[in-house]
Amino acid sequence: MSQASGPLLAVDGVSVRFGALVALNRVSLEIRRGEVLAIIGPNGAGKTTLLNVVSGFYHPYEGRILYEGKDRTWLRPYDVAALGIARTFQNVALFKGMTVLDNVMTGRVLKMGGSFLQDVLYWGPAKRQEIEHRAFVERIIDFLEIQAIRKTPAGRLPYGLQKRVELARALAAEPTLLLLDEPMAGMNVEEKEDMCRFVLDVNAEFGTTIALIEHDMSVVMDISDRVVALDYGRKIADGPPAAVRKDQAVIDAYLGVAHDSTGGGLDGPLRNLPQGVAAAKPPLERR
Amino acid sequence: MILDVLHAILVAPFKDMVGAPGFLAEVLIGGVASGLMYSLVALGFVLIFKASGVFNFAQGALVLFAALTLVGLMERGVPTIVALGLTAGVMVVLALAIERVVLRPLVNQEHIILFMATIGLNFFLEGFGEMLWGANVKKLDVGIPQGSFKLGEILVNQLELTAALTAAVLVTVLAVFFHGTRIGRALRAVADDHEAALSIGIPLKTIWVIVWAVSGIVALVAGIMWGANSGVQFSLSLIALKALPVLILGGFESVPGAIVGGLIIGVGEKMGEVYWGPLVGGAIENWFAYVLALVFLLFRPQGLFGEKIIERV
Repeated sequence: MSQASGPLLAVDGVSVRFGALVALNRVSLEIRRGEVLAIIGPNGAGKTTLLNVVSGFYHPYEGRILYEGKDRTWLRPYDVAALGIARTFQNVALFKGMTVLDNVMTGRVLKMGGSFLQDVLYWGPAKRQEIEHRAFVERIIDFLEIQAIRKTPAGRLPYGLQKRVELARALAAEPTLLLLDEPMAGMNVEEKEDMCRFVLDVNAEFGTTIALIEHDMSVVMDISDRVVALDYGRKIADGPPAAVRKDQAVIDAYLGVAHDSTGGGLDGPLRNLPQGVAAAKPPLERR
Repeated sequence: MILDVLHAILVAPFKDMVGAPGFLAEVLIGGVASGLMYSLVALGFVLIFKASGVFNFAQGALVLFAALTLVGLMERGVPTIVALGLTAGVMVVLALAIERVVLRPLVNQEHIILFMATIGLNFFLEGFGEMLWGANVKKLDVGIPQGSFKLGEILVNQLELTAALTAAVLVTVLAVFFHGTRIGRALRAVADDHEAALSIGIPLKTIWVIVWAVSGIVALVAGIMWGANSGVQFSLSLIALKALPVLILGGFESVPGAIVGGLIIGVGEKMGEVYWGPLVGGAIENWFAYVLALVFLLFRPQGLFGEKIIERV
């Protein structure tokens, strides 16, 4: 099996524990080249933990992470970034005091070379590469339609725009694999539509493989090629969006089983879930 | 009676200034020079604050330690240039050690915890420096021209002039470094958000070593200037106290702010001492900086150049 044809990233029987809490329990999944993979599941299912393991913030208690066929289980976050894996965070982690432009430029840190001394003295090569990279960054800024806020400190932007700037910073690294943790959380409908469009464009134009965590089922159905569902740290479904939506284990996970006996109170979400639209926010989700 | 007081405060000093412009220029130059000396110390604080959001209580101790090491080496017969290089090397090694022993175990801790750690570091450095090099007052002579010369009517102190030029060069380099380069941005990024910085491939430990090393070398420069001025002694670590109002004025994360803050305080206290001092029996120089800092804390707590913090609720 050649590496090029295998999955881009494979999570192989990974468990993560925090003391007695098992956040991930022998989860195995693949992220295939060029796809948009959605990871869904109720709160506390282990979605963000999974992303944190892949990006090197946590290390598994057992199991392996394979990237392009090689074992990458024990890498530190900055080594993972150097492999070409970029990510965004659930609670927007921008450099709030810096301008949007500087934020995106910082995302390019790995692409820039040169010595420390050159940087200190702002010598020829340091200055030249600064200009080259600036041009690239401007293209990303155009692409994500944030030209108007280039000089604004990131901390002053509304939440929806901050998420977009965070995406721009991740894209600046020209990643092979992009991990998005709830890129559309807290956005209004228009902002969500924009973000969906950007995600699809990034996937189509740059060929970037994308794995994203998302709660809004309509978004998941629209943009993902494949869906993985987690619950209580276990993988409960893996397949095309339409199949996962109908999966009984997934429906049970979102609504809880054995609620027949309690009766009532759940009819709203229950009625809507099969259409997968209004169940965007499962009943217990509170951000 | 009241008119007399007002006259003494508001009119007479300015009459004096206009009456003796040469003397005024000397006072101003003295103020600028001592202001830049404060700025040199404040710069070290700013660097570490920018890159880690931590107020480094040990900055004064770093100055003392650098100066002690330099003097200690020179007393043992090491030539000046070699001693300078060795001391710079010692400051880099110290930065590596601080990152490994103090900072790395405290990654992602609250800023206040890191601040406490620097208090510990302060005591350690003071003690360690004296253990190595002794506690006597030492004379530091690295060949900076002493004495003064006449520029027209004005008396210029050569040491002060050297300090001023050194500070100017340091500041220009640091300002460009922080604003227009990859590592500069990485430093600011680390200060803003550890996790995000890690996720885009900035290794925290490298950045911390760089910033502590640079700030150690800035401390060495400050130590040389202050040591040449007033001898190397324990009280050198207390000049950190004078840097504090400079930081409050300029803003904790601004390199240019450290300079402007230093100049305002240097010039302000010299002018105050010379022209208004006699009215209150002198010693204005001792409290001027702190009172000014207090005023700033009340009306503009982020300083002149600081980043205004807006909390969204």
